[in-house]
Amino acid sequence: MYSEKVMDHFSNPRNMGEIENPSGVGTVGNAKCGDIMRMYLDIDENHIIRDCKFKTFGCGAAVATSSMATELVKGKTIEEALLVTNKAVMEALDGLPPVKVHCSLLAEEAIHAALWDYAEKNGITIEGLQKPKSDIHEGEEEEEY
Amino acid sequence: MEHLIYLDNAATTKCAPEAVQAMLPYFSEHYGNPSSIYRLGSEGKKAVSGARSTIAKSLNADLAEIYFTAGGSESDNWALVAAAEAYESKGKHIITSAIEHHAVLHTCDYLKKRGFQITYIDVDENGIIKLDELKKAIRPDTILISVMFANNEIGTIQPIAEIGAIAREHGILFHTDAVQAYGHLPIDVEELHIDMLSASAHKIHGPKGIGFLYIRKGVKIRSFIHGGAQERGRRAGTENVPGAVGFEAAVKKAFDGLEERADKERELRDYLIERLEKEVPYCRLNGDRTKRLPGNVNFNFQFIEGESLLIMLDMKQICASSGSACTSGSLDPSHVLLAIGLPHEIAHGSLRLTLSEENTIEELDYVVESVKEIVEKLRQMSPLYEDFVKRNQK
Repeated sequence: MYSEKVMDHFSNPRNMGEIENPSGVGTVGNAKCGDIMRMYLDIDENHIIRDCKFKTFGCGAAVATSSMATELVKGKTIEEALLVTNKAVMEALDGLPPVKVHCSLLAEEAIHAALWDYAEKNGITIEGLQKPKSDIHEGEEEEEY
Repeated sequence: MEHLIYLDNAATTKCAPEAVQAMLPYFSEHYGNPSSIYRLGSEGKKAVSGARSTIAKSLNADLAEIYFTAGGSESDNWALVAAAEAYESKGKHIITSAIEHHAVLHTCDYLKKRGFQITYIDVDENGIIKLDELKKAIRPDTILISVMFANNEIGTIQPIAEIGAIAREHGILFHTDAVQAYGHLPIDVEELHIDMLSASAHKIHGPKGIGFLYIRKGVKIRSFIHGGAQERGRRAGTENVPGAVGFEAAVKKAFDGLEERADKERELRDYLIERLEKEVPYCRLNGDRTKRLPGNVNFNFQFIEGESLLIMLDMKQICASSGSACTSGSLDPSHVLLAIGLPHEIAHGSLRLTLSEENTIEELDYVVESVKEIVEKLRQMSPLYEDFVKRNQK
């Protein structure tokens, strides 16, 4: 059901772990729904993301999207990182099954949450960054069988 | 390990060579339609009748009480819908349990939309139905009680004799979904006061696509599939002759030495349970320890998610299953694990391993080592575990 890229990022996740004293950290998701992502960012004085690490509780797609998201934002400026959308993460992974699209949304949201934390800590505003939702399933309608 | 380790026998089983061999002549040799007049058809007719008789004997039922279907889900659908329609004039109340298979639960939802009232009886922390609640739920307009013989996820065996007695005492029909139990546990429909029973061939090393519904003589439910006069006019459609023959072979094999096989599976099961409990921290056995299907092992591992665990086990050639949301295609984890009181995040981290007598201790040792390694790896990845460790350090 998963692409080779997804399987690769799931079995050999990149940048898995923690950053001590991170510039920003964001946790999104909901244990109730079975996925939680945490992103750590290390950002230098030029607003460049020097390092990015993640921890994820979730399915194969959740792990793979977090791993890919860290690769996509590493080395980028915070403005560029904001442009890393869930679509970009999915494309980089050669697609996701429809039921797993929410995992990529979670990855995008996790980056935004970490950037939001960074902005708050440093008293700055990042243009285009909105306060992240803590739970991407908010407002979703119950499925009917 | 070089070879595949199959630990998902509750999902389906490998078709037994005896069943395959028995079926083969009925595809291209004795292919006649059992309803035909000529002799080519009568071979098939004889074969289906023989299979029906073998199955009837296995349950202490009569030949005329066994109706072939396409499988367990059809049997459940038929039993519930047709009984509801047939006894509607007596009442519109049905009692079932919170941990039934979706073939029963979703059929109940369907009936609910058509004006029936459904009471779902709770289970205790081991998944055993609360009999006092069942008794209290009975009303004058209750027409049917449907409780599974044994649960497909956590393997808990229900007090079927007691439920049968309660139903009989109140003159209420009793249906049991025995898809997981038939061929694994002895079942006597007379002794247990069962009025209808669903079973499936592919769970007992028979072919996929065939099952049966036992309907006690005198239970007046109508046909579900309309058409020809097959199955005494109650289930139309040309008989699945090869399926019935394969089913019969599987039934013979299952009931011949059932106790010895169950003992062997129980031994393997308890070995696996003991090692996992001892060697993996923060885990819990789900389901009753003794009132449990011989081949069922179900654990939850805290801080990790089931689908990840399954993919990693698959990489190690181990086939297993989980009650996590990701494996169900919805956001909610298994209704069974929630019903026994597990919080959502823990229910997401469940693992079901269902054995057959073909599994070996060597395989199980390899499985334990693999589970230990994978659970540790996934916990290192888990923010929930990180938080837990940090909380404990304080």
